[in-house]
Amino acid sequence: MKYIDEYRDPLAAKSYLHEIRKITTRPWMIMEICGGQTHSIVKYGLDELLPKEITLVHGPGCPVCVTPLEQIDKAIEIASKPGVIFCTFGDMLRVPGSKRDLLMVKAEGGDVRMVYSPLDALKCAKANPDKEIVFFAVGFETTAPANAMALFQASRENVSNFSLLTSHVLVPPAMEAILSSKENRVQGFLAAGHVCAIMGYEEYLPIALKYQVPMVVTGFEPLDLLEGIYFCIRQLESGEAKVENQYSRAVQREGNRPAQLMIEEVFEVIARKWRGIGEIPQSGLGVRKKYHPWDAEKKFNLDDQSVSEPAECVSGQILRGIRKPMECPAFGGRCTPEHPLGATMVSTEGACAAYYRYRAREIREEAAL
Amino acid sequence: MSHGGGGKLTQQLIEKMFVPAFQNPYLQQQHDGAVVSVQGTRLAMTTDSFVVKPLFFPGGDIGTLAVYGTVNDLAMCGARPLYLTAAFVIEEGFLMEDLWQIVQSMKMAAEKTGTHIVTGDTKVVDRGKGDGVFITTAGVGVIEHSLTIAPAFVKPGDCVLLSGDVGRHGIAVMSSREGLRFETEITSDCAPLWGAVQALLDADIEVHCLRDLTRGGLASALNEISQSAKLEIEIQEESIPVEAQVRGACEILGLDPLYTANEGRFAAFVPEEHASKALKILRENGHEPAVIGRVQSQSRGRVVVCNALGSSRILEMIMGDQLPRIC
Repeated sequence: MKYIDEYRDPLAAKSYLHEIRKITTRPWMIMEICGGQTHSIVKYGLDELLPKEITLVHGPGCPVCVTPLEQIDKAIEIASKPGVIFCTFGDMLRVPGSKRDLLMVKAEGGDVRMVYSPLDALKCAKANPDKEIVFFAVGFETTAPANAMALFQASRENVSNFSLLTSHVLVPPAMEAILSSKENRVQGFLAAGHVCAIMGYEEYLPIALKYQVPMVVTGFEPLDLLEGIYFCIRQLESGEAKVENQYSRAVQREGNRPAQLMIEEVFEVIARKWRGIGEIPQSGLGVRKKYHPWDAEKKFNLDDQSVSEPAECVSGQILRGIRKPMECPAFGGRCTPEHPLGATMVSTEGACAAYYRYRAREIREEAAL
Repeated sequence: MSHGGGGKLTQQLIEKMFVPAFQNPYLQQQHDGAVVSVQGTRLAMTTDSFVVKPLFFPGGDIGTLAVYGTVNDLAMCGARPLYLTAAFVIEEGFLMEDLWQIVQSMKMAAEKTGTHIVTGDTKVVDRGKGDGVFITTAGVGVIEHSLTIAPAFVKPGDCVLLSGDVGRHGIAVMSSREGLRFETEITSDCAPLWGAVQALLDADIEVHCLRDLTRGGLASALNEISQSAKLEIEIQEESIPVEAQVRGACEILGLDPLYTANEGRFAAFVPEEHASKALKILRENGHEPAVIGRVQSQSRGRVVVCNALGSSRILEMIMGDQLPRIC
């Protein structure tokens, strides 16, 4: 298939692996930010094909994983109310809150619908003027423009029965949180290509400089990832720390300005809690005051609640690259995708779920021997 | 809902609830249908309920599915499909002309497969208590050869044949349900499979096991067989045919074609020395088959996928339904 097969070509992959082997002289630890990248790496077994000196650790870029329990509980509370149609992307349906998930609300008679775009939820609001339509606006900079657009259109067209429950987070503050931690082991980053397609990569320049880490804006196909790793190792081996763009077919330095303007119009930067990590200052987006009539938290008067994660779960350390999924004693036993203990097992893009899905049985069998 | 997705949760429901409650040797066969003996004649029996939204989709409708689905389950037991039953649960207010169209589809599908719908039942439920129409069919077929076709007869070294490209039905239904449009329409692969199976049997291919790849797709079918046979199955990812349109749709939606439903595809387990002849026969019957892998000698029930890059991964059984991703 055009534009896909070229980036999965086995011969080209082998030659990248050869080049990576040639330039690698020391152990290096690289973090890929995005859950989509983690998924590709584990699915194609790229980490197993790399020289043993290179360790890939998996970053916090999975929107489903880092959405805090409190926010999921709020979604469940709203979705359970009579007269509400609760719209969400598919993969939030199965994510457990502190007690239940959205699929259970649906099974109990709640009107929970899967949509492919927030604009479809807005359409639903126009078609059902006697109902309250709430869209669960989850994600990074990638999904923010479309969510902002839905809210902007609702305000312009005065659709008063539509609102967003937002849980938007931003990548650069999370990178800084990782790099500034005393426990940090990450020496280079593969930045998330799709986030940079929206935001560009200028905001990464000062981070690379301050912490002296190479950052390579990287795509999601096997060859993208191998090339990104190659660029990163090349910098590490030569002692450089700059921002490079591997994903130039989608990413420009300044990003997508109209999309950025739409985000700025509707959202403002606020502190956000990240599931498994905790609160990071300036790391999220909240609805600006002038759009509060379309902010579900204001509309439904939801109290801030605090819910604690199971103590056994080490997802916070996994999201910061301090531990790998298999190093967790609960992995595959007390913690599985059916019964996840925490963030990284709940979504298919979470690092633990990816390892469980593609490698788990081998690991469990080895443990049994 | 996830208990109906054809994956791990469906399997758990069957293993923990139905099998222990109804306990008998036929259920233990863990196949698409049961093979029973009546006065020396081996018969296959099966039943299936059909709920699909929308009722009409590119390439078929619920009526076509209801006939082919049951006929295919019989074919997977190696049985010539003979007689079917049909029970309808109709929601009050359902349009007569839609029902007529569905009935016509069933008539045509039965004619095409040489089967007869010999008895049935109709119930009407209050508006809002059904989704248009639900159809349950059951079927009886006769086994006219001496082979036993079941997961327990899969042997190390067997080739895994796939009868054609995968993922069409699931994507066709999903795109018409969700109003997604692609450059060219993806149509369901919905088709009867007995013709192909009969041709294999007539040519004395030593078929060890057959499985149609319905709910849960190729991945679930292979996992079920591997677990029942307690043998590892290794498949080559690049040898699995997936049409470009289907691949594209799966890429966009974040779905995996290996887990996507089919209604006219099956996997056949045959000894290596019969594989090329079996391929030829399937081709002559209008299929585009491929050998996608082999049964290994390791006695553990799992499926391993090797990719072109030279690494491999486990093909897990899916939990519930596949859910499209955020980004």
